[in-house]
Amino acid sequence: MAHSSLIGRAVAARSQAFLLVLLAIAVLVPVMNLAVPAGSFFHIPSYGVSLFGKYVCYALLALSIDLIWGYCGILSLGHGAFFALGGYAMGMHLMREIGPRGVYGDPILPDFMVFLNWKELPWFWHGFDFFPFALLMIVAVPGVLAFVFGWFAFRSRVTGVYLSIITQALTFALMLAFFRNEMGFGGNNGLTDFKDILGFDLQHDTTRCGLFVASILALGLGYSICRFVVRSKAGKVLVAIRDAESRTRFLGYRVEGYKLFVFVLSAMLAGVAGALYTPQVGIINPSEFSPANSIEVVVWVAVGGRGTLIGAVLGAIIVNGAKTLFTGWFPEIWLFALGALFVGVTLFMPKGVMGLLRGDGGGGAKIKLLLEKLGAARTGRMLR
Amino acid sequence: MKSMKLMGAAIAGLVGYTGVMGTSLAQDTIKVGVLHSLSGTMAISETTLKDAMLMLIEEQNKKGGILGKQLEAVVVDPASDWPLFAEKARELIEVSKVDVVFGCWTSVSRKSVLPVFEELNSLLFYPVQYEGEESQRNVFYTGAAPNQQAIPAVDYLAEVEGVERWVLAGTDYVYPRTTNKILETYLKDSGVAEEDIMINYTPFGHSDWQTIVADIKAFGSAGKKTAVVSTINGDANVPFYKELANQGIAASDIPVVAFSVGEEELAGIDTGPLVGHLAAWNYFMSVDTPENAEFIKAWHAFIGDEGRVTNDPMEAHYIGFNMWVKAVEKAGTTAPDAVIDSIVGVAVPNLTGGYSAMMPNHHITKPVLIGEIQDDGQFATVFETPGLVVGDAWSDYLPDSKDLISDWRAPMSCGNFNTASGTCGGMQGQ
Amino acid sequence: MASALRLMLFAGLWLGLTFGGAHSGFAQTNPQLTPLLEKLDTRNFKQKADAVAAIAAIDDPMVVPLLKTLGAGDLYRRKSDGTYFRAIRKGSAFALHDLVSGDEVETLSKSAVERIIVNNSMRGQIDALLGSLTLRSADPKQRLSAAQSLLKERDPSGLNALEAAIEAEEQDHIRDVMIAARSAIVLYDTSAAQADRLEAVAALKARGGRSMMSLLSGAAGDQDPEVADAATAAAAAIDKELQFWALGQNVLYGLSLGSVLLLAAIGLAITFGVMGVINMAHGELVMLGAYTTFVVQDAIRSSAPHLFDYSLLIAAPLAFAIVGLVGIAIERGVVRFLYGRPLETLLATWGISLLLQQTVRSIFGPTNKEVGNPSWMTGGFELGYLTITYNRMWILVFALAVFAGLLLLLKKTAIGLQMRAVTQNRAMASDMGVRSGMVDAMTFGLGAGVAGLAGVALSQIDNVSPNLGQGYIVDSFMVVVFGGAGNLWGALAGAFTLGIANKFLEPFSGAVLAKVLVLVFIILFIQKRPRGLFPLKGRAVES
Repeated sequence: MAHSSLIGRAVAARSQAFLLVLLAIAVLVPVMNLAVPAGSFFHIPSYGVSLFGKYVCYALLALSIDLIWGYCGILSLGHGAFFALGGYAMGMHLMREIGPRGVYGDPILPDFMVFLNWKELPWFWHGFDFFPFALLMIVAVPGVLAFVFGWFAFRSRVTGVYLSIITQALTFALMLAFFRNEMGFGGNNGLTDFKDILGFDLQHDTTRCGLFVASILALGLGYSICRFVVRSKAGKVLVAIRDAESRTRFLGYRVEGYKLFVFVLSAMLAGVAGALYTPQVGIINPSEFSPANSIEVVVWVAVGGRGTLIGAVLGAIIVNGAKTLFTGWFPEIWLFALGALFVGVTLFMPKGVMGLLRGDGGGGAKIKLLLEKLGAARTGRMLR
Repeated sequence: MKSMKLMGAAIAGLVGYTGVMGTSLAQDTIKVGVLHSLSGTMAISETTLKDAMLMLIEEQNKKGGILGKQLEAVVVDPASDWPLFAEKARELIEVSKVDVVFGCWTSVSRKSVLPVFEELNSLLFYPVQYEGEESQRNVFYTGAAPNQQAIPAVDYLAEVEGVERWVLAGTDYVYPRTTNKILETYLKDSGVAEEDIMINYTPFGHSDWQTIVADIKAFGSAGKKTAVVSTINGDANVPFYKELANQGIAASDIPVVAFSVGEEELAGIDTGPLVGHLAAWNYFMSVDTPENAEFIKAWHAFIGDEGRVTNDPMEAHYIGFNMWVKAVEKAGTTAPDAVIDSIVGVAVPNLTGGYSAMMPNHHITKPVLIGEIQDDGQFATVFETPGLVVGDAWSDYLPDSKDLISDWRAPMSCGNFNTASGTCGGMQGQ
Repeated sequence: MASALRLMLFAGLWLGLTFGGAHSGFAQTNPQLTPLLEKLDTRNFKQKADAVAAIAAIDDPMVVPLLKTLGAGDLYRRKSDGTYFRAIRKGSAFALHDLVSGDEVETLSKSAVERIIVNNSMRGQIDALLGSLTLRSADPKQRLSAAQSLLKERDPSGLNALEAAIEAEEQDHIRDVMIAARSAIVLYDTSAAQADRLEAVAALKARGGRSMMSLLSGAAGDQDPEVADAATAAAAAIDKELQFWALGQNVLYGLSLGSVLLLAAIGLAITFGVMGVINMAHGELVMLGAYTTFVVQDAIRSSAPHLFDYSLLIAAPLAFAIVGLVGIAIERGVVRFLYGRPLETLLATWGISLLLQQTVRSIFGPTNKEVGNPSWMTGGFELGYLTITYNRMWILVFALAVFAGLLLLLKKTAIGLQMRAVTQNRAMASDMGVRSGMVDAMTFGLGAGVAGLAGVALSQIDNVSPNLGQGYIVDSFMVVVFGGAGNLWGALAGAFTLGIANKFLEPFSGAVLAKVLVLVFIILFIQKRPRGLFPLKGRAVES
């Protein structure tokens, strides 16, 4: 008892530290951007602010995947869909907010509808000019889709790789659908050319800092929610489902309900991440739905350390930071580095960066693990 | 204790990271950003343009650079990822402090970087044929607008080949959509009936063309001469042409005129069965002029491969780069505002034996060439507009854009001036 | 060196000038031809077309080879003296051949000759003219193509020649084409007698098919109401017949698409279905197979061009071996440490797919590579009113052959037995003395090798570029999951079902929506049958 409370306290300390770090960043970055003079070593250019803002959104997305994959064993290869839907909901609001300032000066229709001869706004675009409605949709659309999808899938006991593949089918189908110009979401170009959000100019540094702080807060909130869930009793059931679904079911738990709950929650978090992402990068388009993007998110989680919430955040930031640096430093060969990173992490750091930090996933452990594997192969205890 | 360590590490990382990002060198060179995808789906087209830019920069340096300074290319890889284009554009301008950027291929990548160039007031030269409906102060469109490619091609088919029935086939994205809208109006205006136009869209990278080619065949059997106007995007073309050839549709039966198929795309196909299908561009590698011969020679020497082809977007970069050089020399500085002012009216030789000039709407004048595919993967020019065609930012064949004009010179200084209402539209209005 | 070259050039020129009269057709050409030939040297296609028409009217042995060469785009003018030759590209230079005799005269650089360009309409005109000129040729093939080009061009000036040729023709199938050509000309000749024209309608209707329908519907707007009605009715009758065949055609398209899906997925059916490894690099293995084909063809082109038609037969085993070895390397180097963690194989193989893609991009460049179709895979044939293209047909045959081969391997050989044993119960198999590690490597190598074979086939219909694999990876997974992992028959049924479904949806919904609908269908289907069409039964099911 004393032992477990000790661990509990250690975990609590870590998550408090994490939240503190977030808070510090939320204060420091805007100060270093807005108040520190441009020449100073401590100045962060606007470029850095929107870049970090993007990473933070990715981190929230990674967090949402980690919640279902790390704690419940549901590997979604289609989480990019929820992220993109949230992004589109926000994008639609931003498009409506342009109002008559589009190139054609049409007070209602977005530019892409004007030059493709749309005569009136499609029904599903109504209401998005009202920010609270858009906010609602940001969580509701991914949430409802996840609920419907999950309700069918979990009830039919579609599990493991089958579930992964059909989530991939889901996002692929949505990508193709959103590519179609008839859908009224701007086709391949998606939604772009946003002017402002809630009246604040999106090209202004203070707005950027505001969005950055909002993203950090969302990440902190998302982290707290996830932490609350995984540390609650339900969280223990989730882990039980991850480790032995049938047994959990036989013990009398309604596995489907738990899975559905966590899946919907995760989709909503992804939607929020997408909504914060759109104004910061200035564009949302169907390539966000592409299966490759969703797989990449899973890779971030794996790099950071599956099953540790902080790990997911770290993974997203490390991989994307590496990507930013590599594409600038070695534009010709950066994919080698990225590919090698993925292979290396799965082989040598099965617990990711967090495992490394904790000291149980390093070199020695790796050799031990390989020996175990080989031993397992010889004695035929390998799992399928 | 541990929390403090973690926090310290995070903040140190943050500062270190921006430090890394912010390593800008002393300004003894003029920096030229190259923003073309070197990986991902668009690498297939864009890598060549990156090489072309490096060659142009190298040649300019041999001539002594500009304003007594050497040029330095800054190459980044936006990896065919559209939001990454915006991020990389910002990185080039804010961090690497480039004076000008040459880049982008797809419309969506251009749309993605537009706000960045506008906000940071830098210059972008965009070298690819596109759908028009845009004119931005910081962007120079050196590729063709629809009136510099699509409309002359349709005219040619109607006049020379007597085409009366039209298939508008394209990949489902904004360039084909807009081009086909323009063409549809244009054809109807010139008396083509509704039932003589068939419009078809396919997804990116479509590879199974059996049904569509059969449909085209069926559509073409109504007793009227039929042609296909293809805005099918890069990758999908190879299987499309293969299917055409295999189903026995020769150019003398149903000619296909393409706007996105150039020498580079043909390099991946055996063009024997395609002889006679057409393409409309502003440049062909086969054009017989001294400038072009020299350009091809330089390209082969630079890339070290005699087999490599040149194409229209490369010429666009050639023109755009030379225009920028001339405008900088004229302005005596690389400052964007000065260059934007000085570049309008600048004329430089193009590779087809004439001069191209930068117009006030930031589009350029170009000849329109129509070529037939030959069995060696090249085009033979069968038609050339007698004069140069001015790129039209706002199409006259779209109801909402026909009243718009663009003129970035003072005092108008507006990209979308509405001649009907006498006002400058919402965007970039100031 | 340079001076020697100049000397040679000079000598060639001298020879050409001195003996030119004896070799090239120009000096002794018909005096009527000379001014016309000069008119060919213009950029004005109207003037060129007039000149061609006038040339064809002259009776001279040079006319037919001249027109043929011109139509093929091989007619070149020597700049030094304005003589015309048939030129064949030799590296960067051109070998000039005499038009009549075909003898090689000399080789000149590109700048010393000028090509006479023809456009589409001229090509048609030349075909028609050649048609009338070669209708009575001794070669039946030429007569047939002459009749076909007349049928296509409906040149009324060829009518007399056609009448005479019909009389003289002895081969029925050629005469049929000639009669159709005559009917087409008569149908469109408004000055012909009504009875003749109605007869022409009947003849064309009897011949049937799409191009006849096209001819008939073209006459539907005729001034003579009776002819117009008859033509409309005849066109409608053919159309109805074609509609019936269209159903069969759709099935065929579906089978063809299905065979492509099957090829792409069948390797995955082994690595994913049998071994449980989510191999995201599968698409890249397919791509490696396609590049192997490219390398083989490239080598053949430069060293043994006559073997080109066999290039695929050479490439297939090579691709199987090379890609199979790559597969074994991946299994031994990475995948074997990840058994029991299927979801992590996904991540590692995703990394491998990036590595492979970038490797190929670094070696071969990012642009498409030309992989040619051997002659037996070019073109198509008509079966009834079905168009069957050779490349699609052979790919279908190939896919089925690969399938049958795999089935035999798994069911009838010792290694196949071991593979199945390890899949079903690894522990038991190990206990029985099966070297499970070796078998794993073999199985993965087999799946990879089959992916390589798929690459050989796909290189015939798709782009060969570093992105090739990405286009197929999602589809392949859908096929395997839909069919039921672990079962080859499932992959077969899955591929053909999805292929045919797609092709039947496409005409109604368009290509994009068809694909979306198929995906939605798969998602719903998996809810109903979570383990696919043909689930594996037994203990292996519960992972």
